[in-house]
Amino acid sequence: MSMTHQVEDDKLMVEMRGVNKWYGQFHVLKDVNLEVKKGERIVICGPSGSGKSTTIRCINRLEEHQKGDIIVDGTTLNNDLKNIETIRREVGMVFQHFNLFPHLTVLENCALAPIWVRKTPRDEAEEIAMKYLRRVKIEEQALKYPGQLSGGQQQRVAIARSLCMNPQIMLFDEPTSALDPEMIKEVLDVMVELADEGMTMICVTHEMGFAKTVADRVIFMDKGQIIEENEPHEFFNNPQSERTQAFLSQILNH
Amino acid sequence: MPSDANKSPSAHTTRFWHDPAKRAILFQSLLVIAVLGFVGMIVQNTLHNLESRGITTGFAFLSQEAGFGIVQSLIDYTESSSYGRTFFVGLLNTLLVSALGVVAATVIGFVMGIARLSNNWLIAKVASAYVEIFRNIPLLIQIFFWYFAVLRALPSPRQSLEPLDNIFINVRGLYMPEPIYGDGFGWVVVAFLLAVVAVIGIARWSKKRQDETGQRFPLFWTAAGLLIGLPLVVYWIMGSPMTWDNPVLKGFNFRGGMTIIPELAALWLALSIYTAAFIAEIVRSGIEAISSGQTEAASALGLSKSKVLRLVVVPQAVRVIIPPLTSQYLNLIKNSSLATAIGYPDLVSVFAGTTLNQTGQAIEVIFMTMLVYLTLSLLVSAFMNWFNTRMALVER
Ligand SMILES: Nc1ncnc2c1ncn2[C@@H]1O[C@H](COP(=O)(O)OP(=O)(O)OP(=O)(O)O)[C@@H](O)[C@H]1O
Ligand SMILES: [Mg+2]
Repeated sequence: MSMTHQVEDDKLMVEMRGVNKWYGQFHVLKDVNLEVKKGERIVICGPSGSGKSTTIRCINRLEEHQKGDIIVDGTTLNNDLKNIETIRREVGMVFQHFNLFPHLTVLENCALAPIWVRKTPRDEAEEIAMKYLRRVKIEEQALKYPGQLSGGQQQRVAIARSLCMNPQIMLFDEPTSALDPEMIKEVLDVMVELADEGMTMICVTHEMGFAKTVADRVIFMDKGQIIEENEPHEFFNNPQSERTQAFLSQILNH
Repeated sequence: MPSDANKSPSAHTTRFWHDPAKRAILFQSLLVIAVLGFVGMIVQNTLHNLESRGITTGFAFLSQEAGFGIVQSLIDYTESSSYGRTFFVGLLNTLLVSALGVVAATVIGFVMGIARLSNNWLIAKVASAYVEIFRNIPLLIQIFFWYFAVLRALPSPRQSLEPLDNIFINVRGLYMPEPIYGDGFGWVVVAFLLAVVAVIGIARWSKKRQDETGQRFPLFWTAAGLLIGLPLVVYWIMGSPMTWDNPVLKGFNFRGGMTIIPELAALWLALSIYTAAFIAEIVRSGIEAISSGQTEAASALGLSKSKVLRLVVVPQAVRVIIPPLTSQYLNLIKNSSLATAIGYPDLVSVFAGTTLNQTGQAIEVIFMTMLVYLTLSLLVSAFMNWFNTRMALVER
């Protein structure tokens, strides 16, 4: 853990209380309770189909939950479009498949939301974009189109694009699983740096090295439930439930 | 290898066959010779036939008097006009119904295509029913349906429907008042043109201001106000320099005003409704081709639903939609030649029909007609290609 890192105990950024979600008959999330404090870094792991993506996608309402409360930075998520848009402005998200806009240059990808959501003047928005592109070390690609970049570069642009909105929280949904091994590190480096700067982060990832060095808490999900959560050292060395042990032995021993 | 070296003299001819480039040249030369021979045969045969029947060739017939009437003409035309003029009358009528059809088909098609994607069950179902019904019935049948079953079933002029004041619908067509422009109406036109210029200026200014300050300007309403308001004010100042020539019933029919003949209405309806069904499918698949990841990423940034559509989905979908949309436009233009079936005086019906029959100049007439459709199609394609390259996607 870095020295500068500070968790503000009294400020909750995300609060999920008794969240339930169904896809038709299928019960994807069962009574999920999760509190994330400002500055905290959470890693969520678990087997495929356990509801990790669904959980974090509920936080910015890409998925709608049917029961329970989700409160993000003091705003309760409901069907009010204004609330949803307020929350989305404060919550950045990075996807497994980058989802950059292929018809816009890297710079335009980054400046789009500041211009249209924050109503920032274009020049200023482009300055912001360049600032974050420099931070993810890709400023020399600013005028290229996403299709002209490698996977790792695209993912770094996607991170910069989210940061341009100056979010309070960043959600990562398996940001490195679509990448070739040699590109994983460049993306993880950016994420570690972000964590060091005190960003509140919730990451779904199977990068256990990242979890060990960066996370304040690791959460293990299975079949739509949070089975176990603990600080990384305990989580990896002394897992409590059998399912966690089975999962860890699988993921660490291959 | 030694065995290869031994074979090399005798392998020479086989080698020729195995070289794709040489083989291609051989096949292409054979093809060209065959085509030239075929064309030459046809030309010779035709000339021989024409000669033996004593038919003159050439375009002199175009200046002879036509001697037949045409029910709808956008330019002055009487029975004493020339055959050349029938060409232009037909051409303009073809252009008229094609232009009207392209506009209507585009509007209906986009509305139906987007409606098919609606979350509202009823709207989506109505739109898919529309598509399935109208694209699966032959166009000719649809033309007959509108012409004979719907428009022919309208009341006689004396029992005309009058949905709005001075607008009459009956079996002979749709009759509307025609504007008569008086002195000073030119100023109204000038005012409108000024408004257009002003709107372009304001649009530039507001984009620049948005770039600089981020502030949005209510461009749509300003533009609407200027384009409508300014000409209205000038119209009022000039003392309303426009009157209406209303259609009035005289004897068995209406006189005065403007008329849309039922042949045009039926053809227009059938062409637009039929083509719109295909356009709806193109629009739907174009929008669906944009992955949900794009919408999710844009929404996650806080963009509202309408901005997600406008800034992310539509610009990408348009590029997928334009090429197949072009072929639908070309189909519509060519399908307009089905006009003959109900007697709408388009190019084929007038020129390749009546004119050809009366003059017997089959080769010249068909040649001119084909040339018109070819030119039209190439122009439309060229325009759409230009439009598409302007939006071209830069990708690896
Ligand atoms: N739109 C949907 N409709 C129906 N079922 C869905 C839908 N999206 C996800 N599911 C199901 O919900 C469950 C949880 O999905 P989720 O994507 O949250 O899993 P995950 O833990 O992120 O898995 P992975 O590691 O494979 O990404 C899965 O069983 C999945 O099949
Ligand atoms: Mg997932």
